[in-house]
Amino acid sequence: MTIDHVALLPAYAAAGTAVLAFLVEVALPGRRAAVLGATMLGTVATGVAAVWVHRGGGERVAFCVEPAGCSYQWDGRAALIGILFATATLVVAALSVSVLRSGAVPAGEYCFLLACSLTGGVVLGASRDLITLIIALETLTLPLFVLVGLRRRQTASAEAAVTFFVVSVVSTAVTLLGAALLYGATGTVHLDGLAAALSDRTGLVSVPLVGAAVVLVLVGLAFKVAAVPFHAWAPATYDGAPLPVAAYLSTASKLGGVVALLLVGVVGLGPWLDVSGPAFAVIAVLTMTVGNLVALRQRRMVRLLAWSSVAQAGYILAPLGAFATASGRGDIDLAVSAVLAYTVFYILLELGAFGAVIALRGAGDGGALDDYRGTARSHPWLTGAFVLAMAGLAGLPPGLAGLFAKVAVVRALLGGAAGWLAIVVALNAVVGLAYYVRAALALFAREEPVAVASARTAEARPPRGSARAPVATRAPVAARVRVPLAVGAALAVVTIAAIVVGLAPQLVLDAVRL
Amino acid sequence: MTGPEILLLVTLATPVLGAVAAAGLPVEDDRAGRILGTVVAGVTFLVSASLVLDRPSGRGMWSEVDLPWVPGLDLRFHIGVDGLSYPLVVLTTLLTFLCALYTCWHVPSSGGRPRGRQLVALLLVIEVGIVGVFLALDLVLFFVFFEVVLLPMYAVIAVWGGEARRAAARKFVLYTLFGSVLLLVGVFTVVASAGTADIVALSAGQGAAMPYGTQLFAFVLLALAFAVKSPLWPFHTWLPDAHTEAPTVGSVILAGVLLKMGTYGLIRVAVGAAPAGAEAVAPILGILAVAAIIVGGLVCLAQTELKRLIAYSSVGHMGFVLLGIATLTGAGLQAAVIGNIAHGVITGLLFFLAGAIKDRAHTGDLANLGGLREVAPGLAGVLGFAAIASLGLPGLAGFWGEAFAVFAAFQRGGALWITLGVIAAAGAALAAAYFLRLLRRVTHGAASPAVSTVEPRWLTGAELVSWAPLVVLALVLGLVPALVVDPAAGPVAGLVDRVVAP
Repeated sequence: MTIDHVALLPAYAAAGTAVLAFLVEVALPGRRAAVLGATMLGTVATGVAAVWVHRGGGERVAFCVEPAGCSYQWDGRAALIGILFATATLVVAALSVSVLRSGAVPAGEYCFLLACSLTGGVVLGASRDLITLIIALETLTLPLFVLVGLRRRQTASAEAAVTFFVVSVVSTAVTLLGAALLYGATGTVHLDGLAAALSDRTGLVSVPLVGAAVVLVLVGLAFKVAAVPFHAWAPATYDGAPLPVAAYLSTASKLGGVVALLLVGVVGLGPWLDVSGPAFAVIAVLTMTVGNLVALRQRRMVRLLAWSSVAQAGYILAPLGAFATASGRGDIDLAVSAVLAYTVFYILLELGAFGAVIALRGAGDGGALDDYRGTARSHPWLTGAFVLAMAGLAGLPPGLAGLFAKVAVVRALLGGAAGWLAIVVALNAVVGLAYYVRAALALFAREEPVAVASARTAEARPPRGSARAPVATRAPVAARVRVPLAVGAALAVVTIAAIVVGLAPQLVLDAVRL
Repeated sequence: MTGPEILLLVTLATPVLGAVAAAGLPVEDDRAGRILGTVVAGVTFLVSASLVLDRPSGRGMWSEVDLPWVPGLDLRFHIGVDGLSYPLVVLTTLLTFLCALYTCWHVPSSGGRPRGRQLVALLLVIEVGIVGVFLALDLVLFFVFFEVVLLPMYAVIAVWGGEARRAAARKFVLYTLFGSVLLLVGVFTVVASAGTADIVALSAGQGAAMPYGTQLFAFVLLALAFAVKSPLWPFHTWLPDAHTEAPTVGSVILAGVLLKMGTYGLIRVAVGAAPAGAEAVAPILGILAVAAIIVGGLVCLAQTELKRLIAYSSVGHMGFVLLGIATLTGAGLQAAVIGNIAHGVITGLLFFLAGAIKDRAHTGDLANLGGLREVAPGLAGVLGFAAIASLGLPGLAGFWGEAFAVFAAFQRGGALWITLGVIAAAGAALAAAYFLRLLRRVTHGAASPAVSTVEPRWLTGAELVSWAPLVVLALVLGLVPALVVDPAAGPVAGLVDRVVAP
């Protein structure tokens, strides 16, 4: 077996980043900026490597065995996924400046774990057998348990970490059981081999057994994207985690789940799309509907974003629901491209939303919606970025990126003769707008003393208009926070990127078709 | 790129730049921002009006721009103007200009620091969306422009509106988004089946070539989408709240041109792309339209609030426009075209008046108004003119749309359509009844306490300048309806041929 080390370069770069972060922390203890800088440099290198390896097109493979095939393949889509992971990690690292500065989180461990997770993501996009894929996915997820619980002396943080850990372990066990059954039934773990072995149903040992295996694998992976009914961990975990980690969970981690579902569900289990297609359709409908309806009731910013990201997972998976019908299975690439396109748009917008929240809240938690009153006046630019992200997630101009994301999904669904699912997506967008508008509007509410203020302080309350005095009023935390340069720069870059792909969505559509 | 093409692009680009410039000014320059926005709106009006200079003699588009934008989503930047869209484009740019002009003097309160420049900027963005809808010749582009209007209008109502503005704004945005997501599905149903998003090609026969079932499905989706926007009874419930709470300029734009996106879309997109579907659904559309006329009229008779009454009268008037479309005859579509323009002019004027009266008397309650003629004869006179124009007096703009719509229903023949025509005619009488009731309540009788203290008693300069063009238009269109009807004749004939031919 020959190993093409060039193909592995992005993975090496990502793993090297983790080691580098660790070494810098050891060499320069207490120098948070140095650790973070090294991590960001390594992440950039990973992204560059991801593109460089794919330069000139074609694909490079590694870990090949005859006749099963290769376990690792760096092609256009792997490069795209690698870039996405590197971008998300880079932005999250920049957004972490506030949290790291506050000292609530140890910088060395934080950066090391983030880079470890990045490594898992980069390998995941290139993995072409079930074992590599599951290990990559676990490498992506495992550091996150620690990252979620990393805030010192925070019970919510620890609780969130335990919930996340338990759910994740169970889901991995389920996936592994399914993978084992598939191996038992076909004798291969390579995705191409699986597809070949599964295409002839009469030759299988037991059709019900394979059916059960397909369902188990996909259910386990559905946990990772927080699809209903495997979503309950997400809101509690997001809310308990440090804000940048929540941003990572809702973007990079979700991307990992989507990539795994696509690789396994569409590539490996491609011949069984008639079984998994209806399941995708049902999961997508449930996910978007439940996510949107529950988000309507949320009063806390991060929980609202968490439920909205559940709903967004539903939109992401919706094009796969077109596989439920034979005509929908006619153009598989159309649906897969729509999934990836939506994911790219979504990641940019979600990073924008979390970036604005982090810029406004600093090292604190997301807070309640009421805590954002008066922000529009004190931070007009941050408010603009947040409104743009919210409009995009709702799928309306001026968030053109989100509009085109929805258009891509609906177009794929109608191209695949799944008109009913397109209507469900469309109606869900209406429900979604109700809470996106509410979240955005919270920033425009006038600063007013809140009833929570105690009676004693209420008497000493300054008259309206001068209510920004930091006394009795639960004045917006935002009014007191200075936005670190790195956070502002990251938010600006993400927002500009969202505007650019909103005006030129063809850039994304071309990238996902590679 | 030729001159006419540049004019088309400038029509869309100018307001965008103006909006950015006006909104970007600091708070000290609020007035400068409003004036800048007004100048931009004026330039846009002149540019859009000059589109007529390139009018050729044939049936087709006067001028077109067709550029690739997002091939992956079948989206081309394909815009053009013809006799069907030109009057609406000019009406939009005119009303936006007048509203911006009005805002130079009257900034509705938003609490806190002055935000007039942002209001003007939002009006310009809304203008881009509406003009874009009228100009779009690509289905997906049409949808994109349709969506552009939503959030800015939401902001106008939610920031500068009356007391219950939040709820009204939310209702507006959710209802109309419901409509536009159905539009999205309808658009891609057509695109997936016909293989093109080009509205010209679809109207020229590619739409009619779609299977009957697809046409029916697409038309139902598109008609629902446009029915919410127009609004057609029973999807109208967002409209009275939005109108009542919106600031004066918001109401004017909303009633004047935003609703026309629905009726224009029905003619250009729904009937154009799915004629067989239109033929099948037409009776239902006709029945709903007549129901809207009657329900709107009856509700108006019982209304006690000025702005709400005018809002409900819109439901009735748009019912006539929709009835005209539902007949699918040349006369009916012509009626819809002239009815659209007339309603935009007259109801725009009525909302300006309602705003002026509410600003002066601090109440819109009909019971507390009265005797305006005694105190403010100028205001009462214009109100009387607008109300009479709106109830459809021959010789004024409102007459043609309603008369033609009823005529078209009779022309179409058959028991159903003749019944509908008779009921619609009765509905026109209802309109006369409630407008005369309105005039009796507001202008006649002894001056009520609220009215007797109104200040200023005469029309202000801002009001004179921004209302005069509308008064003149209501008169001119009433005397010479051919101004609108003639240019639209070609495109309408093209659409009617498609409906009848297969």
